[in-house]
Amino acid sequence: MSRPKRLARWAFERVESAFDAVFTPDWNPLYQLGALGWFFYWIVAVSGVYLYIFFDSGVTAAYESVEAITHVQWYAGGVMRSLHRYASDGLVIVMMLHLVREYVMDRLHGPRWFAWVIGVPILWLVFAAGISGYWLVWDKLAHYVALATSEWLDTLPLFGEPIARNFIHPSTLSGRFFTLMLFIHIAVPLILLFIMWVHIHRHTHARVNPPRGLAIGTLAALVVLSVARPAVSQGAADLGTIPTQVGLDWFYLFVYPLLDEYSGLAMWGLLGVATVLLAALPWLPAKRPVPAVVSLANCNGCGRCAVDCPHGAVRMAPRSDGSPYSEEAVVIADLCVACGICVGACPTATPFRRRTALEAGIELPAYPLSDLRERSLAACRALQGNDRVIVYACGQGPDLKAIAGPSVAVVELPCVAMLAPSFIDFMITRRHVDGVFLTGCRANDCYERLGARWTEQRIAGERDPQLRARVPRERVASFWAGVDRGGELAEALSAFRARLGELHASQAPVVAARPGAVSHAG
Amino acid sequence: MRVSPLQLIGQGVLYAAFALLIGYFATLPVYTHMDPAASAITLSFGHAGQRKAPCRRLTPEEIAALAPNMRRPMDCPRERVPLLVELLVDGELVYREWLPPAGLAGDGTATAYERFVVAPGRHLVTARLRDSRRQEGFDYEHEQSVELSAGQNLVIDFRADTGGFRLL
Ligand code: HEM
Ligand code: SF4
Ligand code: SF4
Repeated sequence: MSRPKRLARWAFERVESAFDAVFTPDWNPLYQLGALGWFFYWIVAVSGVYLYIFFDSGVTAAYESVEAITHVQWYAGGVMRSLHRYASDGLVIVMMLHLVREYVMDRLHGPRWFAWVIGVPILWLVFAAGISGYWLVWDKLAHYVALATSEWLDTLPLFGEPIARNFIHPSTLSGRFFTLMLFIHIAVPLILLFIMWVHIHRHTHARVNPPRGLAIGTLAALVVLSVARPAVSQGAADLGTIPTQVGLDWFYLFVYPLLDEYSGLAMWGLLGVATVLLAALPWLPAKRPVPAVVSLANCNGCGRCAVDCPHGAVRMAPRSDGSPYSEEAVVIADLCVACGICVGACPTATPFRRRTALEAGIELPAYPLSDLRERSLAACRALQGNDRVIVYACGQGPDLKAIAGPSVAVVELPCVAMLAPSFIDFMITRRHVDGVFLTGCRANDCYERLGARWTEQRIAGERDPQLRARVPRERVASFWAGVDRGGELAEALSAFRARLGELHASQAPVVAARPGAVSHAG
Repeated sequence: MRVSPLQLIGQGVLYAAFALLIGYFATLPVYTHMDPAASAITLSFGHAGQRKAPCRRLTPEEIAALAPNMRRPMDCPRERVPLLVELLVDGELVYREWLPPAGLAGDGTATAYERFVVAPGRHLVTARLRDSRRQEGFDYEHEQSVELSAGQNLVIDFRADTGGFRLL
């Protein structure tokens, strides 16, 4: 990670920590920006359908019908109109934050280019939808938007006659143009919905619904705003005049004032270059992770890797090697980000194996399991004390050098979920260490999306492969840190070691469960 | 989910901030696109100029030289002359432009779309247009005194079939 990016990330996480404190990590809106985007989309869609029922698309009828919606049925139509506008604004806010955040958190390189690149047309469609919406009201703002947009479009050599001519005099406005706008305002959001679906198409368990508490709070905030400050029109459009002063929706229309300063063509050029640059960001720099590979000799076709892969990069296929199992795992190399979560899911990834060489059904070539075992053992060999801890961490957490010490070893993994629970079992029950400590990204914001969640569930025995019951849970701890919580991580680690020391003092046996369940031969 | 009262208050504050952010920037600050105390004149029309060269009757030899399915008595070059347009407000030249015909072959309509901001009040507006091969002078000219109110947009249109310029 480059220095500026680490700094930006640190800044983001500072704010997120504050939000964690207020919202709890489960409801933290900054971890739910994409899901909030979907939520706002649905609010806009539902309120839009309501408005459509009462909207009249005639040139003069349009303004009057919107006035009636706003004032006659202020308690229903008025609120719906306000929700429609304010949820659209909310969509822009969370979308832009989401964009910046995915960039700062580095979630756009390698196979993740897909969601990013699909996000670029989403930007254009969201703005096109919003701008066409303001057009329909046919008030002074609509007139301004119509004039400025058409004058801007006219700077491109697209139309024979300037389309702006439609909006300079009552006699030049055609009703058909209006119907076209209504069509655009319905078609663009539908295309947007489809592209939003494509956007998350590669994500398994994509977060498209915010947690209930956050959803309720957000909707309540919008409803209160809608009642306190209803969205209203700015006076009927008068084509005999120039709309000189307008209340702009700056979320959607911030480009328009620039058109009074710079030429339309320059603005098209600027937006065009910005779009291309934005779409190219995933390759600046290009990253090519070495994808996971399946070792058929060790794969029993259980399918856990396919279920746990957060990036949809493993699919199950009919067996190809004549073995009695019906299926085998197949890695789709172009989708694999080399997080190793599949390795941690594989039941054959167990360090207890002695008879055959340690090789799992699915492996990261850049980080084989046998390496992981070697590194773990080597790191622990020299540890001293009765509070020896091995810390497994991903590279997305705080600086790890600071926490290593005479009784603390650190082993880094692409993602903590690469660590099969049997490794924890192995390190503790074979007494290589007194405790295992896991750390990495912050709770609810795993860099690999689902790594921390799967890890917690495996340890809690809620997800296969489970950490066996014989492993005393007081010897396993985790702290989900992110880059800005180095201090808290160090505290959590010392507290854990203090507990281990007490366990030792109270002579608690390392292996609490069934006697004889563990052989110490290995 | 256990949420403490303090957290609930904090959430309320942040939701309120979010709502205020939206509520404010959804319409404010007001943008001044044009001085509301001024008036505008918009020159806007589309018109095709004369052909650059007149149609010419082909000689029998020339006709014979053409492919049989292409034979025709007249040769009409498609390219049109650009329009020369002038606009004067109170006798002062505010606009003088050569407007080229559209289309790759230069045979399309030439279009004008231009806005001028003027003070409200009475103005003498003079619009002139040359659409022929002539080298000097204008084919159309229209002069009219108009009273403009603040914010008003006077449109100067041109339609050859109704006699040229007209003010809307
Ligand atoms: C309407 C607007 C948008 C919505 C509703 C939306 C929604 C989402 C959702 C729900 C996810 C999945 C999050 C998860 O489950 O981990 C996601 C991922 C992503 N989005 Fe968006 N998004 C929008 C616009 C954008 C834009 C404009 C960009 C950037 C140009 C973008 C870039 C990304 C990236 C890079 C990911 C993948 C992150 C990863 O692989 O972990 N999105 N988006
Ligand atoms: S390493 Fe495994 S879990 Fe991670 S993306 Fe590749 S196949 Fe999926
Ligand atoms: S988890 Fe392991 S054994 Fe199961 S299908 Fe995947 S590679 Fe094969």
